[in-house]
Amino acid sequence: MWMALSYACWGISIVLALWMLYDWFKVDTTYSEDMLTSSREGELEAVSEKHRI
Amino acid sequence: MTAAVETAQTTTIHGDRVSLLRVLGPAHVWALGVGIVLVGEFTGWNFAADKGGALAALIVCWIVGLLYTSVAMIDSEVTSTVAAAGGQYAQAKHIVGPLMAFNVALFLVFAYTMLEVSDAILLGDTIVAKAGVEGLTHNSFIAATIVVLAWLNYRGVLMTLNVNFVITAIAYVSIVVLFFSVSPWTQGAVLKLNELVTPGNALPYGWIGVIAAFQFGIWYYLGIEGTTQAAEEVRSPARSLPYGTMAGMITLLIAAAMTWYVCASLMPWEYLGITYYPLWDAGKLTGSPLLENLLFIATLLAALASANGCINDAARAWFSLGRDRYLPSWFSAVHPRYRTPYRSILFLLPIALAFAFIADLNQAITFSILSGVLQYTFMSINIMMFRKKWPLGSIRRGYTHPFHPLPAIVLFCLCVVTFFAIFLGFGSQLIAMVAFYFLISLWFHFYRYRFVRRGDQFTMPWPKPQGY
Repeated sequence: MWMALSYACWGISIVLALWMLYDWFKVDTTYSEDMLTSSREGELEAVSEKHRI
Repeated sequence: MTAAVETAQTTTIHGDRVSLLRVLGPAHVWALGVGIVLVGEFTGWNFAADKGGALAALIVCWIVGLLYTSVAMIDSEVTSTVAAAGGQYAQAKHIVGPLMAFNVALFLVFAYTMLEVSDAILLGDTIVAKAGVEGLTHNSFIAATIVVLAWLNYRGVLMTLNVNFVITAIAYVSIVVLFFSVSPWTQGAVLKLNELVTPGNALPYGWIGVIAAFQFGIWYYLGIEGTTQAAEEVRSPARSLPYGTMAGMITLLIAAAMTWYVCASLMPWEYLGITYYPLWDAGKLTGSPLLENLLFIATLLAALASANGCINDAARAWFSLGRDRYLPSWFSAVHPRYRTPYRSILFLLPIALAFAFIADLNQAITFSILSGVLQYTFMSINIMMFRKKWPLGSIRRGYTHPFHPLPAIVLFCLCVVTFFAIFLGFGSQLIAMVAFYFLISLWFHFYRYRFVRRGDQFTMPWPKPQGY
């Protein structure tokens, strides 16, 4: 049973790793680099925080 | 392409921008912090007994608890103000400066990646020990742990931390069940603390043994500061982060005390200090198959929860470095559907796998502890500068920690003691690591910093600091 579990672990690892690589490729070829890297630090705070005590 | 545009329009917050998703609450913050740490009760803390005896392990439990209470209080105050992914990195950037921030981010990535590696090795070794099958190695279990958890993190932070909440809660409850199953109010029936810890063997190496025990006492709480990495994904950072972090710290203090009491009352310090599975062994020693199996499963769940939280935190620190161009901005990509830092998660995945296959548990643990203590030392200096540059009343704080500057001084002094303890046990690794950070700082200062957009990196809408 333990050896079967070990083989199953290898199988799951390979399948999920391939899925992530496929999804990575799909996203990178579908969206522009500017859009994917458009996140900016602190944007919500800039809107909500006025810092008037 | 049309489908892509539609997806983008439904998943962005700021017009055509895509950012991390604000979906977490205080329970997720608790699950992240306690999830990372709780594995330390299942293995790690007990090596303190090898350094200084069972009583030394208890003394450092409380003193290192003081260190981490200071960490939690200081972190809560600063993070409730600097609510950005990267946690202590973002704090250092705004309060100390870019070079400190770069180093802090590397401390974070190293501490969490090496802890993830240690967790995966522990999980693999635990399964192999339970199976007792000749020819069975831990490699497949290590690979599955790291890849499955990376996949979970890739798919979204909400599910990742929901899973962490459930498995951390089960592991925690197993400690409580063990504690009440051994009649803790009665000595002699199951527990034999009076016989196992006597005035003659309580501190076999004297007080120097207590100092040496600091190195592994860190394991009772290592990683609670990881809650701050969720700052950009919690719905109300100013409320959720202090609440989740402080609740996590209280939870861990209780778990640490229960763990020491049960283990020190069931095992002699000579064995307790060398076993890899103190709680699982305690479950076996009760003679109950139910408790034995419960603690075996809880050991696996604690390792999983810790590795899961570590992947989350290391990826956010790496992502933040990319977003400020301290590293190539390619790393700052956010998945338009799952809203996770997917490239950072994928980049760190093979690194964790490589270390897990080539490093041993002791090396990985030591690198993790060293990076963690370097980070805590920074935090004590950081809070002093924060309070000096932006005194109370000058900016809005979600939480204000009491007794300043006492927690900062206590934290700094205890970090110095811990460095000395690490030097006693792993002096060459300590020197090698400090040399590494020195060289990488030179690289950043003389080469990489030219690519940073200097004005863009300071994002907090704060008034000018006092004295500037």
